[in-house]
Amino acid sequence: MSTVLPILPEALLLVLGILILIIDPFLRKDAARRSFLGWFTVAGMFIILAVSLAFARPANPTQVFGGMLRFDWLGFVFAMFFVFAAGVTALFFMDAEQLGRRAEAYLLLVAATIGMCLMAASADLVMLYLAIETTSIPLYLLAGFLKEDDKSTEAGFKYMLFGALTSAVLLYGLSLIYGFTGKTNLYDLGSYFSSFNLAAVGIIFLVLAGLAFKVSLFPFHFWAPDVYEGAPTQVAGFLSTASKAAGFAVIIRLFIAAFPAIHADWSLILAVLATLTMTVGNLIALAQKSIKRMLAYSSIAHAGYAMIGVVAFSQLGIASVVFYLIGYVLTNLLAFGIVGTVGRLTGSDDFQAYAGLSRRNPTLGLASLVAFLSLAGMPPFVGFVAKFFVFSAAIQAGWVWLAIVGVLNSIVGLYYYLNVLKYIYLYRMENQDEEQHQLQVARPVVIGLIVLVAGILLLGILFGPWFGFATKAAASIF
Amino acid sequence: MAFIIEHILTLILFFPVLAALVVLCLPKDNLKVIRWTAFGLSLVPFLLTILLWLLFKAGQAGFQFQEQATWYAAIHSTFHVGVDGLSLTMVLLTTLLTPVALLASFNITDRLKAYMFLFLVLETGMLGVFLSLDLLIFFVFWEIGLVPMYFLINQWGSEKGEREIWKGVKVQSRNYASLKFIIFTMGGSLGLLLAIQMLGVLFQNYDLPVLYQKWNSLTTGTLLGLPVETVKTIAFWAFVIAFAIKVPVWPFHTWLPDAHTEAPTAGSMILAGVLLKLGAYGFLRLVLPLYPLESARYAGWLAFLAVMAIVFGAFAAYGQKDFKRLVAYSSVNHMGFVLLGIAAAAKSVGTINATIALNGAVLQMFNHGLSAAGMFFLVGVIYERTHTRNLEDYGGLFPLVPIYGGILIFTSMASLGLPGLNGFISEFLVVRGSWPILTVYTAIAMIGLLFTGAYVLKGVKNVLQGPMNEHWAQGEHKLTEIKPREIAVMAPLMALILVIGVYPAWILDVINKAMMTLFH
Amino acid sequence: MHFPFLSVIVFTPLVAALIILLYKPGQKKAIRVTALSAAVFALAMSLVVYFSYDKALAGYQFVEKYSWMPMLGISLHFGVDGMSAPLVLLTGIVMVTGVMISWGIEDRPREFFAFLFILASGVFGVFASLDLFMLFFFYEIAVFPMYLLISIWGWIKTREYAAMKLTLYLFIGSVVSMIGALVMYWTSGLHTFDMLVLETAKFSPAFQKIWFLPVFLGFAILGGIFPFHNWSPDGHVAAPTAVSMFHAGVLMKLGAFAALRVGIMLLPQGAKFWAPLIIVLALVNIVYGAFIASVQTDFKYVIGFSSVSHMGLVMMGFATLTPEGLTGAGVQMFSHGIMTALFFAAVGMVYDRAHTRQIPELGGMIKPLPLVGIAVIVGSLVSMGMPGFSGFIAEFPIFMGMWKTHAIVAIIAAISIVVTASYVLLVVRRVFFGKMPEALEGHITPIRTLDKIALVLLMALMIGIGLFPALIVPWVQTGVQHILALLGGA
Repeated sequence: MSTVLPILPEALLLVLGILILIIDPFLRKDAARRSFLGWFTVAGMFIILAVSLAFARPANPTQVFGGMLRFDWLGFVFAMFFVFAAGVTALFFMDAEQLGRRAEAYLLLVAATIGMCLMAASADLVMLYLAIETTSIPLYLLAGFLKEDDKSTEAGFKYMLFGALTSAVLLYGLSLIYGFTGKTNLYDLGSYFSSFNLAAVGIIFLVLAGLAFKVSLFPFHFWAPDVYEGAPTQVAGFLSTASKAAGFAVIIRLFIAAFPAIHADWSLILAVLATLTMTVGNLIALAQKSIKRMLAYSSIAHAGYAMIGVVAFSQLGIASVVFYLIGYVLTNLLAFGIVGTVGRLTGSDDFQAYAGLSRRNPTLGLASLVAFLSLAGMPPFVGFVAKFFVFSAAIQAGWVWLAIVGVLNSIVGLYYYLNVLKYIYLYRMENQDEEQHQLQVARPVVIGLIVLVAGILLLGILFGPWFGFATKAAASIF
Repeated sequence: MAFIIEHILTLILFFPVLAALVVLCLPKDNLKVIRWTAFGLSLVPFLLTILLWLLFKAGQAGFQFQEQATWYAAIHSTFHVGVDGLSLTMVLLTTLLTPVALLASFNITDRLKAYMFLFLVLETGMLGVFLSLDLLIFFVFWEIGLVPMYFLINQWGSEKGEREIWKGVKVQSRNYASLKFIIFTMGGSLGLLLAIQMLGVLFQNYDLPVLYQKWNSLTTGTLLGLPVETVKTIAFWAFVIAFAIKVPVWPFHTWLPDAHTEAPTAGSMILAGVLLKLGAYGFLRLVLPLYPLESARYAGWLAFLAVMAIVFGAFAAYGQKDFKRLVAYSSVNHMGFVLLGIAAAAKSVGTINATIALNGAVLQMFNHGLSAAGMFFLVGVIYERTHTRNLEDYGGLFPLVPIYGGILIFTSMASLGLPGLNGFISEFLVVRGSWPILTVYTAIAMIGLLFTGAYVLKGVKNVLQGPMNEHWAQGEHKLTEIKPREIAVMAPLMALILVIGVYPAWILDVINKAMMTLFH
Repeated sequence: MHFPFLSVIVFTPLVAALIILLYKPGQKKAIRVTALSAAVFALAMSLVVYFSYDKALAGYQFVEKYSWMPMLGISLHFGVDGMSAPLVLLTGIVMVTGVMISWGIEDRPREFFAFLFILASGVFGVFASLDLFMLFFFYEIAVFPMYLLISIWGWIKTREYAAMKLTLYLFIGSVVSMIGALVMYWTSGLHTFDMLVLETAKFSPAFQKIWFLPVFLGFAILGGIFPFHNWSPDGHVAAPTAVSMFHAGVLMKLGAFAALRVGIMLLPQGAKFWAPLIIVLALVNIVYGAFIASVQTDFKYVIGFSSVSHMGLVMMGFATLTPEGLTGAGVQMFSHGIMTALFFAAVGMVYDRAHTRQIPELGGMIKPLPLVGIAVIVGSLVSMGMPGFSGFIAEFPIFMGMWKTHAIVAIIAAISIVVTASYVLLVVRRVFFGKMPEALEGHITPIRTLDKIALVLLMALMIGIGLFPALIVPWVQTGVQHILALLGGA
């Protein structure tokens, strides 16, 4: 039994996936029965979450399965919120007809989640690559899931091409590591990279190329806006949150385990990339007319903010990144969830579609308030606390200029987030007859939104225990 | 009773406010009740002042009936009041003129409650200046007195008349006059404010007796980076300008003709009767004791200005066609004598001539209060009937209104300084005291005195004498005689004018002792 | 103190906001009544705190500390001293009068009051905070509702522009200060955000000289310091009445107060070094603000710029670093808060009826709106520092403080008194007296009872303090003593 515990979430997810496959043929193709699939997945996810939290908490970090995985708090924390994100995404899937009725969608979701959990826990180069591919391929498929929609197909294709390319580069980098060190276990590599020589530079760049793609860091962010815009909104939400967080998990673990001695150098590289990412993301977001594209660029910018914590290279830094990502997952999922449901109800993703939203559905208006203000970094939402700690870690480590850049970028971000709220709260529909055009949100989405809003508020106000988890995660690798 | 005596000053000072609040609660439509309540209540401070006068020991030096309570402890300012001969005289003038003015206001019908309220609050403001022995409190009451007068002129002043200000914009005369009045005075008191702040910062105390001593003992060294002498000179002029505007001293007098002319009758009575005395009081209470050296040094300048006021005031009055404006300029003229006496006293402190001049100055303050109030009221009486103040519109009215005519002549003679009436006594004392000290200036002032006679007689002639203007003799414009109420307004004034003219000792004794010790 | 007064005061508006959000949009009466009850409750609590504050004991009282995140030394730490107790009371007063004035809002009152109360909670939180993290937390909570309140319920011509400008400006200010605060946190080595502990941190003089300016100016932007005051007049004018009352009455004090708490009290040597610059900036505020106000034709802009001028006095008082100056600044924050709340309430009442704020288009308002006229007259007298009113009590010590630093400062600043007097009297006369334009005849309905109560309450406070400075000055003095100790000991 104890051998299963480290991979309890993954194992249970596998079981869930199989069950979905089994149940699918038995359900008729009508809506009522089909929604059962969705509820089943959701329930399954939350049961997995509960069971894992109860039984599968790590003690001291140990390497398991012959050094393939490291059972520690970092991997565990990430795994838990991947499962949570997947659960909520499944709720949102139920709102999208094309996705919600197809078992394949849920299955792919589960598969991607398994891959992500493994990514977060991987301690071996090969395992790492395997996990990344396990995550990516289902996501390519999900991005292009809407067969009839050209944009979706294009998105999926683009994602796959870009992803395959960068993943090949990553593989090359990983193989170079093996070539130079003869080891595949991450925790054996530390001693080999003691100076920033040509080999190290080359390897880091190659590896970073692959991983930067995953987290949409400049200059590997170009795919994100198109893919997010084309893919079904719910999938975009999952992509922008869980998949990105998984990439961060890998970066954190890999860089700290394998290149601790030369951290000053790669920190600088990451700092520059983070600056460019934040700036480019924020500035281009200003010009967007489609809310999905705006959110895409906003997500790019947020990757930049999160990266600041990695740059700090301290326990507080890593803890702040983890906390930031948790908060970011909640917030961005909420934002995309709202966009998804409004997109379905109004048929458009333009800003104009949001005019008068607060009158058409006041609750949705308030949820948007929570989402966008949290993205902007306002209290009492988690976004504020997350940014505060990330900047705090940067200043502690002496990266004051980086914190200032982050802060200035937050100001730009505030502008366009407030702009959205302006549409929602101030502007009105053409005929000012919002009374006649009330929006009715589907039940699963409502539950999802409530859960996320509660989470954002909870982590924004009573952040102590949650930051404690993040600290545990950081402590386990530092 | 003991309570009343112990706190008599506070009672006199704040009773008018209480009265004002009572008036506020009255029903606004019952004009009769409002009038009589206000008038009746305003008699209370007057009676208390008489009591005070009787209890006051003229021979005793220093301030009597002092009361002190903490007020603004953080900056060491206390509510400190007290009287000496000077302030007692002024308090009497104020508490006498207020009921008289209220009685004169019985013909006001528009927003009577607000009018009475403002008047009573004004009384407290004026009394506060005379009674305070704390420099900050002095300033507080000084400023408080401005606001009710602003509104009285603004709201109840004469509606006719327009002034053109810049760019062809026309405003109502009363608006122009009231704003000029308040901004001019406030601007002037800015210097005073700054100087008071400086004193407070220096000595951490605003108590006048304390300041007299400490400020005068500060003679050498530097202050704020400048030599003490320089700072004192600047502060001296700051004080002087503020009070000079109020007196008013030429050339700072330009607000007065407008304000006096546009104000309602009772407003002009108080303005000329009491408010101008605040300025002179400031000279006596603050400028001379705090800046004896500077006062002596610049006494010549002050005398010059005073003489200009006397002479130009007289000339200007002579040239007026508007009866009220003529009386307004006469105030400039009469107050000039006050300042002349003060200047003379400043120049030769401690001599007997100085004391005589001061006595004259203070008595002139009191006398002018009575006669100016009387004159303005009489102008108001004729205006109410004829609706014009233009002297050329009158003519030979004596047979039509003989009683009014008699009273007008009587009051004019007081203003002119006829021996036997009060004006003569005070002007004589001033001249007598100033002659040895400031001979040339006094000589020039005599020319002014000549023209004082000229304009007074001109005024009287134009109104009462000469061929009768038939316009007022019959029909709807027929002039009615002065009413009993109006006579009641003039009666106490005339009585006092006569008594002081014939037997001034009762008041001069009180003033004299205070003046002898003014410079400690 | 066993009863957690300050927590209750801080969180009551937030709880009320949540309750209000649960109502249906049509339940307007219930919404309003709930709002008013919550406001009155908060006011009552703040009165209790104010009058039970032990001046002899001084220091921070009603202290509550709840460990929030021990790892970084963050705690939910509340307490008031002599400087903040009047401000807490001020917020309560403005909250109650603001709700009364907003009784007539018909467009989505639910969201309006909810956002207003979130703002109120933020404000209370900052005044009561003794933890640096929490101070920022509440500070930002007080910023974002402004955007929504102004852009949704504000004056249609400029609300979007003004709301965005205001929010961005304030946000910039707060994050600049936040960076400074974080640097302070780490440099102190004390691993705590507890401001009481940070007061004892011995930052090096060089450190203080560098970091005082960003920290102080970041907050002072909300206080309206020149040259970063630009957001304020537009913000004032565009905002709906109650929000303007909050904005000028309380929010700007928030900025000044935070600048004092975090800037001056935690970096005293930096304060001493930069004081001359702050004095110059504040002087520009005072004089320039008055002159600009005098040329405005929109009634609300007059008041907006006059606020810039009066807040200049507050910051001048701080910058003199003298007992008198600090005391005056503390009183001025309260006095000006009440005065400006009254002004905006009155302007709102006139605008609601006349539908114009252009002074040339108004006139004769005193007949149909006598109480409003009297209220504005009283407010004007306070504004020009007329003795007998709270404005004089506040301004006089500030001037004394100016004398102590440099005489010329006092002399220049005094110009503003006359300028203020002239424009304020002219505006009052033009709007309230004279002839009413024909277009307005018959449109000016009387004000509600609640409006009357609000106006009378505010007037009474200004007159009361003017006559009896002991109602507020002793409190402020205890706070000032503490500040001086920090300045002297540094």
